Amino acid sequence: METQELFKLAYKSLIANKLRSFLTTLGIIIGVFAIIMLVSVGTGLQTYITNQIQGFGSNLIFVIPGSGTGSRTPGGVVVNKLLAQDATNIENKLRNYAQVAPVVQQVSTVKYKSKSEKSTSILGTTANYTETVKNATVERGTSFSVSQAKAGAPLAIIGSTIKADLFPDTNPIGKRIFIGNNVYTIIGILKKRGAIFGIDQDKVIVIPIAAAKKQFGVTQINAIYVAANRDSQIRFVETQIKKVLLKRLSEDDFTVQSAESSLEIVSNITNVLTIALAGIAAISLLVGGIGVANIMLVSVTERTREIGLRKALGAKRSDILKQFLLEAIMLSLTGGIIGIAFGLTGSFILAKLLVSSVTPWSIVLAFTFSILIGVIFGMAPAIRASKLSPIEALRYE
Amino acid sequence: MKQPVIKLTNIKKEYVTGKVTTEVLKGVTLTVAKGDFIAITGRSGSGKSTLMNIIGLLDTPTTGEYILNNIAVESFDEDELSDIRSSQIGFVFQSFNLLPRSTALENVVLPSIYAGVKKKEREERAIQILTKVGLVELINNRPNQLSGGQQQRVAIARALMNNPEVILADEPTGNLDTASGNDIMNILKDLNKQGKTIVLITHELDIAKQAKRIIKIADGMIF
Repeated sequence: METQELFKLAYKSLIANKLRSFLTTLGIIIGVFAIIMLVSVGTGLQTYITNQIQGFGSNLIFVIPGSGTGSRTPGGVVVNKLLAQDATNIENKLRNYAQVAPVVQQVSTVKYKSKSEKSTSILGTTANYTETVKNATVERGTSFSVSQAKAGAPLAIIGSTIKADLFPDTNPIGKRIFIGNNVYTIIGILKKRGAIFGIDQDKVIVIPIAAAKKQFGVTQINAIYVAANRDSQIRFVETQIKKVLLKRLSEDDFTVQSAESSLEIVSNITNVLTIALAGIAAISLLVGGIGVANIMLVSVTERTREIGLRKALGAKRSDILKQFLLEAIMLSLTGGIIGIAFGLTGSFILAKLLVSSVTPWSIVLAFTFSILIGVIFGMAPAIRASKLSPIEALRYE
Repeated sequence: MKQPVIKLTNIKKEYVTGKVTTEVLKGVTLTVAKGDFIAITGRSGSGKSTLMNIIGLLDTPTTGEYILNNIAVESFDEDELSDIRSSQIGFVFQSFNLLPRSTALENVVLPSIYAGVKKKEREERAIQILTKVGLVELINNRPNQLSGGQQQRVAIARALMNNPEVILADEPTGNLDTASGNDIMNILKDLNKQGKTIVLITHELDIAKQAKRIIKIADGMIF
């Protein structure tokens, strides 16, 4: 039988039962849609986190107060024992191996004339912060000097969101802004960094660490950023940091984490997550496939007489087999294509709202899967149809 | 004697259900010459349907020899029998057996699709045959838009599609009123005059009488 005739036949019989075909297809649509969407979310998350971590620099090591389990109070609050002195100690020890930048971080409202910016992240740090953290570069203007940082000079480097909101038309450099009740002079603008999980990283103002301590009345610092000069020395730097800190603090008071190892952990987690999500979605596709098999069995039973007639009129086993198999494949492939279309649309929409990145392999997988499902789940009913004896089939009421 | 088209020699057919063996045909020998018109009659349960299925290559005998148009059919497998069936035998059924969703034309071309005839060629031929059976204006009608007599004429047109040697008609008038039944019998007689061999299976005596020969079958044997 000609291929064209086979396609016409399959199309005709699917169209004859529109609702039934649609509902069966829907099972596949949902399955394929779920695979593409969930895999997109998984890989999107991974790419996103990876980019963010690499944005800080792969040679970066973070020291944060508290350990994973140790010094947290029952309420989950970290008891912060980290001081600027610790950063200085590390710096003294690792002068030839790394850049060190302690950070005090608080949230405050920033004002310029009548305009204000609420919950702006205020980052108090040392002069070499911009050299330590890779994606924190001063795009226009300058950074403050070592002595200015130490003295707590009222100087500020603003993020691009602050520039856009408070100084839409004017050059902010040299302008005075209020952080809380204190006045700062803007000396530079940071390069745009984008957002992490909806948190705007450019809604930030970098000020000298001494100024920040005074401003917020704190002695503890929130983090120490250490950038190894050479990637090969990351491990060495990490152990040295621990050594230095353990002289004053106990093991539970701090955590040292390199970007590299975070990256590894994150990619492990997201890989497992992606595979798990794809697996869950594959189950729904499997259920869709069972739907195809079910409806094909019904179709074969319904058309027993037709099969008998076709055989009496010269149809071979293979003709009948192809007819029913093609019908099943058309059902699942139609579902697959519509599912891919929806999945792509969904992923792009999700990419705007949250994180999602469409991976070609998920589309190929979904497409192949939907054809395979047609073949696998269509095979049994089609074989059944092809084996019907024409006499029995013609007698069937 | 003319060349035989159907030559059955000592055909036996047994059905085994569990431990019970039922012998439906007990040694049927029958020769049908080219251009003959026979009516096989008998009550239900006489073995008439089984005989028809064997003649139509839908079933195979347990023992015995069947030569159809010089082809000894027992040596062929299911798919090869499909090919022989499609080229040698045209079926006409009591309940017409048209595909409900297909038009008259689509129903008529069906056997030639399986025989691998090109689209243009098969459609031309189908229209030609439908014209002969007087349905040329109704080629795009579906079965439910046709009367019983018209449906059976479509079925006859379909049977003629691959230009077979034998037309095997199983109670072709069984579902029709007398007038339509006569119509169908006249078409069959015309086809016979044009040289087709007709095998008619019926239990109605008036219909059987219109054939050239009547073969009576009872209890699995021919009388």
